[in-house]
Amino acid sequence: MTRKLLALSLLLSAFLLGFSSPTFAAGSEEDKTSFIMHHVVDSHEWHFATIGHTHVTLPLPVIVYSADRGLEFFMSTDFQNHETHAFGKEYAHEGYFIDDHDHLGRVDGASFTEFSITKNVVMMFLVIFIVAYVSLSAASHYKKNGAVAPKGAAAIIEPIVIFVRDEIAHKSIGPKYKKYVPYLITLFLFIWFGNLLGLLPGAANMTGNIAVTLTLAVLTFIITNVSGNKDYWKHVFATPGVPIPMLLIIVPVEIIGLFTKPFALMVRLFVAITAGHIVILGFIALGFIFESYTIGIVSTIMVTFINIIELLVATIQAYVFTLFTAMYIGGAVAEHAHDDHH
Amino acid sequence: MDLITPGSGLIFWQLFGFLGLLFILIKFAWKPMLAALEERESSIENALKAAESARNEMANLKADNEKLLAEARLERDTILKKAQEASVKMIEDAKIEASKVAAQQIENAKAVIETEKRAALTEVKNQVAILTLEVTEKLLRRTLSDEKAQKALVDEFVKDIKLN
Repeated sequence: MTRKLLALSLLLSAFLLGFSSPTFAAGSEEDKTSFIMHHVVDSHEWHFATIGHTHVTLPLPVIVYSADRGLEFFMSTDFQNHETHAFGKEYAHEGYFIDDHDHLGRVDGASFTEFSITKNVVMMFLVIFIVAYVSLSAASHYKKNGAVAPKGAAAIIEPIVIFVRDEIAHKSIGPKYKKYVPYLITLFLFIWFGNLLGLLPGAANMTGNIAVTLTLAVLTFIITNVSGNKDYWKHVFATPGVPIPMLLIIVPVEIIGLFTKPFALMVRLFVAITAGHIVILGFIALGFIFESYTIGIVSTIMVTFINIIELLVATIQAYVFTLFTAMYIGGAVAEHAHDDHH
Repeated sequence: MDLITPGSGLIFWQLFGFLGLLFILIKFAWKPMLAALEERESSIENALKAAESARNEMANLKADNEKLLAEARLERDTILKKAQEASVKMIEDAKIEASKVAAQQIENAKAVIETEKRAALTEVKNQVAILTLEVTEKLLRRTLSDEKAQKALVDEFVKDIKLN
């Protein structure tokens, strides 16, 4: 079974390798590795493959709000060469352009805010849809059958729910954990499914995007500080057991500490997932850099193994993000936080 | 797009999407699910507690039964012991009574025998006296007439006595 799977994944990797864009992008060294950065960052269109001169892409809406022109809707295809699908300043459309680094810009240089449905937004809604579908079908099992043994989707979701509730929420938050369990489960499932689906060929690096991790970290930051009790704020602004002159140093450090916690959350998930993608793509790129079949085969085997490791990383990072969120909330709601943390 | 510059569009849609997901899942998935889980857990706990208490009750019942049994056994033993004692005593009493009666009877028999013996002796004495008187009478009558006849008579009497 394992051998079959391995053979299948090797074949699949070789196949995907053949279709990945750089295969046909014969040219400079930069071209052979540029697809790596192109993959890990967000994009205004979803590029799947280039077969010959045909680009298999999903055009995406570009939504812009500017003070002088209001809300405007375009498509990504408006800003590119229809033959090569390349973006560039020369393909400006109604005063906007997307440059060759996939940045939206305004010809006259005025400020604007972008609300485009980018590749990662589409990916995110896909993940949200899948998480919602799986969770709701799991919940419908309980609605139909009452409190009985789980079956189907409920059998997959229930262990996760119980794990998050008992191992993460209850252990890290303490007696007031119940209120935070729904957020923690949603967070875990969103990150986990995002990480896993991001590993699929052609998928977007959604959970490895800093905007996504930033938003999640900000939500955790808001929840943590809104739930902060008297002890928590006393710990920040009048740290117990510290002489008053020392508070001049301690208080700024504590205030910075409030922000470093979610910052660490944001960076950890972003780096872990993006690094995984870069390593995988780097191994794929080796074959094209050396233009050797032997290295291609070896790097494909490596890619398979790293993919397996990435499956683990996907789960660990989802767990770690949820666990740290729970611990920060736990620190904020603990009755005598200053007793346990010194 | 940049690697470490968060895009405003993505943040906006992410907030919108994630909060929507959170809202929908809390309302339609996690609340019913967590409630069902809690219900199931409490029902399992109750079932376990009920089983535990049933087991305890069972043990208590068993202990009670054993106690009752032990008491019954003790009572039986006492009754048996008492009965045995009573029977032994009865036998002893009967023996004593019997020996008393026997002794009395022997005493009585002895007395009767003594009386009978005395009566018999008296009778014998009387008979001897009567016989002696008769012999003496007949002797006296014969002596008066003849010496020879007298002797013959004595012999005859003596013969008579032997024959008797």
